[in-house]
Amino acid sequence: MNKPYEAVGLTEKEYKKIIEYLNREPNELELNMYGVMWSEHCSYKHSRALFRHFPTSGEKVLQGPGENAGIIDIGDNLAIAMKIESHNHPSAIEPYQGAATGVGGIIRDIFAMGARPIALLNSLRFGDIEKSERVKYLVDGVVAGIAGYGNCIGIPTVAGEVYFSDSYNGNPLVNAMCVGIIEHDKIHRGNASGVGNSVMYVGAATGRDGMGGASFASVELTEESEEKKSAVQVGDPFMEKLLLEACLELLETGAIVGLQDLGAAGLTSACCETATRGEGGMEIDVLKVPRREKGMTPLEVMLSESQERMLLIVEKGREYEVRKIVEKWGLHAVTIGKVTDNGRLIVREGDKIVADVPAYSLDSSGAPKYYKDYEEPEYYRELKHLNPDALEEPKDYNDTLMKLLTSPNLCSREWVYRQYDHMVRTCTVVKPGSDAAVMRIRGTKKGIALTTDCNSRYCYLDPRAGSAIAVVEAARNLVCSGAKPLAITDGLNFGSPEKPDRFWQFREAVIGIGEACRELDTPVISGNVSFYNETETQAIYPTPIIGMVGLIEDIDRHCTMHFKDEGDVVVLLGETRNELGGSEYLARIHGLERGTVPRLNFGLEKRMQAFILTAIEKGLLKSAHDVSEGGLAVALAECCMEKELGVEVSLQSEMRADALLFSESQSRFVISCSPEVLEELQKLMEKQEIPYGILGKVKGKELKINVNGKNIVALNVKEMKEAWRGAFECYMK
Amino acid sequence: MKFGVIVFPGSNCDLDCFHAIRDVTGHEVEYIWHDDEELDGFDCIILPGGFSYGDYLRCGAVARFSRIMDAVKKHAAAGKLVIGICNGFQILTEAGLLPGALVRNKNLKFICETVPLKVENNDTPFTRLYQKGEIINIPIAHGEGNYVADEETLKKLKENGQILFTYVDNPNGSMENIAGICNEGRNVLGMMPHPERACEELLGNTDGRRIFESIILALEGKL
Repeated sequence: MNKPYEAVGLTEKEYKKIIEYLNREPNELELNMYGVMWSEHCSYKHSRALFRHFPTSGEKVLQGPGENAGIIDIGDNLAIAMKIESHNHPSAIEPYQGAATGVGGIIRDIFAMGARPIALLNSLRFGDIEKSERVKYLVDGVVAGIAGYGNCIGIPTVAGEVYFSDSYNGNPLVNAMCVGIIEHDKIHRGNASGVGNSVMYVGAATGRDGMGGASFASVELTEESEEKKSAVQVGDPFMEKLLLEACLELLETGAIVGLQDLGAAGLTSACCETATRGEGGMEIDVLKVPRREKGMTPLEVMLSESQERMLLIVEKGREYEVRKIVEKWGLHAVTIGKVTDNGRLIVREGDKIVADVPAYSLDSSGAPKYYKDYEEPEYYRELKHLNPDALEEPKDYNDTLMKLLTSPNLCSREWVYRQYDHMVRTCTVVKPGSDAAVMRIRGTKKGIALTTDCNSRYCYLDPRAGSAIAVVEAARNLVCSGAKPLAITDGLNFGSPEKPDRFWQFREAVIGIGEACRELDTPVISGNVSFYNETETQAIYPTPIIGMVGLIEDIDRHCTMHFKDEGDVVVLLGETRNELGGSEYLARIHGLERGTVPRLNFGLEKRMQAFILTAIEKGLLKSAHDVSEGGLAVALAECCMEKELGVEVSLQSEMRADALLFSESQSRFVISCSPEVLEELQKLMEKQEIPYGILGKVKGKELKINVNGKNIVALNVKEMKEAWRGAFECYMK
Repeated sequence: MKFGVIVFPGSNCDLDCFHAIRDVTGHEVEYIWHDDEELDGFDCIILPGGFSYGDYLRCGAVARFSRIMDAVKKHAAAGKLVIGICNGFQILTEAGLLPGALVRNKNLKFICETVPLKVENNDTPFTRLYQKGEIINIPIAHGEGNYVADEETLKKLKENGQILFTYVDNPNGSMENIAGICNEGRNVLGMMPHPERACEELLGNTDGRRIFESIILALEGKL
């Protein structure tokens, strides 16, 4: 027979630690509470030790990791709250609800800080869409789930990414990010402060849905996972809209000492976390918790992950005032307990004590912490080798470029974002489809730019370099919009930390992110770790998704990637090297996922980014776009799409044309400017030591690329755009 | 002159309408809670977009029972102006202030994009500042914007000039490409597209502004 601790996912050693904390054996409820709280999902027991590699502070950081969300200052007493979170396993078996509740959960994290949510982003990864009907089903369900929740609650979904790779065949990734705005003096935290203050419960009633979701997220997916559908919660965005408005109104009263959303591990987690951050103790009565179903046991009430619920710590004596506001929004608020300072989390069922444990011992501060073994996997050195000369050179570059532009990873995402309301709240200045979304901050001249980024093929081939590139590429997206990068939130999606090669990937990635964030001065202010993203046969590519926010001081000075006017001069900033390793061209055209990932030079990168920002601020640029997946040729094509403007560029090089066109060398940008400002721009580039080459002009209806005097690409922009726009829908059929 | 924006539980374009009136046109505007009973002192009432009552049962089907809707009906019966946008349009049809109904988009998906509309009739307080036949670009954002009505209703709408806007490339399957209609009295407008999202240069589109400016001129008695 299985040991009782094994059933809740704990080891014998961990069980002994519980006995040490309690000086006795835990009862069933207590054991289950430890089981969920000490799961990887809640405790970060395998990952926490590595977070010292992250820079997490800075003069603009108002709240770093450890709270519901991170907060970064944008001046004028305003700040941005943000966080990313994964909902991978639920989405793998129930795509609509899995994705929808992922969105719901991350929104609660933002308004739990007192911030008004203003934007949603998402980063999605799926298996091979060309081979698998299941993948189409997942894409359809996940996108509809995100749309269903975000559209209803009225928060625009403004940016994100979707990528496909075999490595996600059995385990898709669904990461949702939410961004909110808050005044400095209105920041709230999940603190249960003030002995005797009331613990109130607001929102949906508690049901049996989502039982053990946190534990479910902390094991690998198996054939039997389908049967765990009951671990997937069901979302009600209308309820959440009411909850959101009620909570923000409540915070205005000053009666709220702290608030916390009931997410993973439900009441158990909310109680012990708020208690630990506050006076240290709490006492609640499960009989007072509103229920959806009859006959629920204390265990079910404490572990339920029913959605759309919040825990409020209310100043004693002001419960009536709170109840009135909550009732105005058609919800109920119930007092379920009180704040204590005896260090215990005591759960009662009426007069009977059903659990009594030290509150901090459940929380991550009391959970075990592991330093796992890591080992460089064999593939790492083996895959570095690539002989680009041995690749067959394309005979028809028009055909090759079209193949790339209509490939699942590079074609237009319009099919996806057309389903998201990306305009509600009328603050979306740059809509999906450019490098980053740009939102105005109402009532100010300011704006923010938002993006998510991660090239997981790079991260597989070289987790440290690939992760650093994810950070700098996110920053490039913002800079091209005219925004100064401020901070990141990271969604770290990996395989099992208990396997040394997977843990090596994780460790390398954390170090890479840390290094890049220090170089760019963009601290990590919040994040999420999702391990065990693997099936019996395969682990996902390491996928550290970087969500980044940047500040635009003058919203009228923002920029987009699209060419604007005929006659504008097109310039390439940066140097193109023969760096096809890990490229989209290599994968799509030659079926190879190998090679050394492009080299990143932080010094050059920082000069480039500073230059782009200055040039946009001075109003010199008409467009700016970073060169990434697909290389220069794809970047040029993308600049042509929106206004259907052609371009003719001429390149001189010793390199083979495929390397010249499709190499993914870092720190490169395609910019355009009017001919009148070219001289001023050149002076500035020379002053700031920016390598550049003038490529040609925006003109006509064709994308034309000449190499060493010979035309090798000539594509009608309108036709190219139609194929690129329609491709996603074709894959979905 | 005062505008009122009704806030139902689940409304989410209330803020956008409020700002379009106050910040863009510079006129007075107030939020009105769905549980209120009076609309005295308001000249034009806006029923905003969103998902009132979660759009459970049917879009707008619960909102029409809100206490404020009796006042909206009285306001309309007195010949005063009412405009329902997106979910607001759905509520107006459910409440019987406009004929027909909105059902799921033909492709069964939510659609958010800016689409071209044709102004079919500019002889109303909502459309005077447009040219008849003019093509304007206005965002849509809905899952259930597919307008349906029986043949007789459609015939009447056409004969009376009650069809104010039609889609140039029908995105949702609406009969007769209908995007917006008014009542016989021409004081109640319902439309699926969102003019309040198209009022500012910064957002890249000002084609929706003239609806509000037409209303203002009408209220000022200048049209």
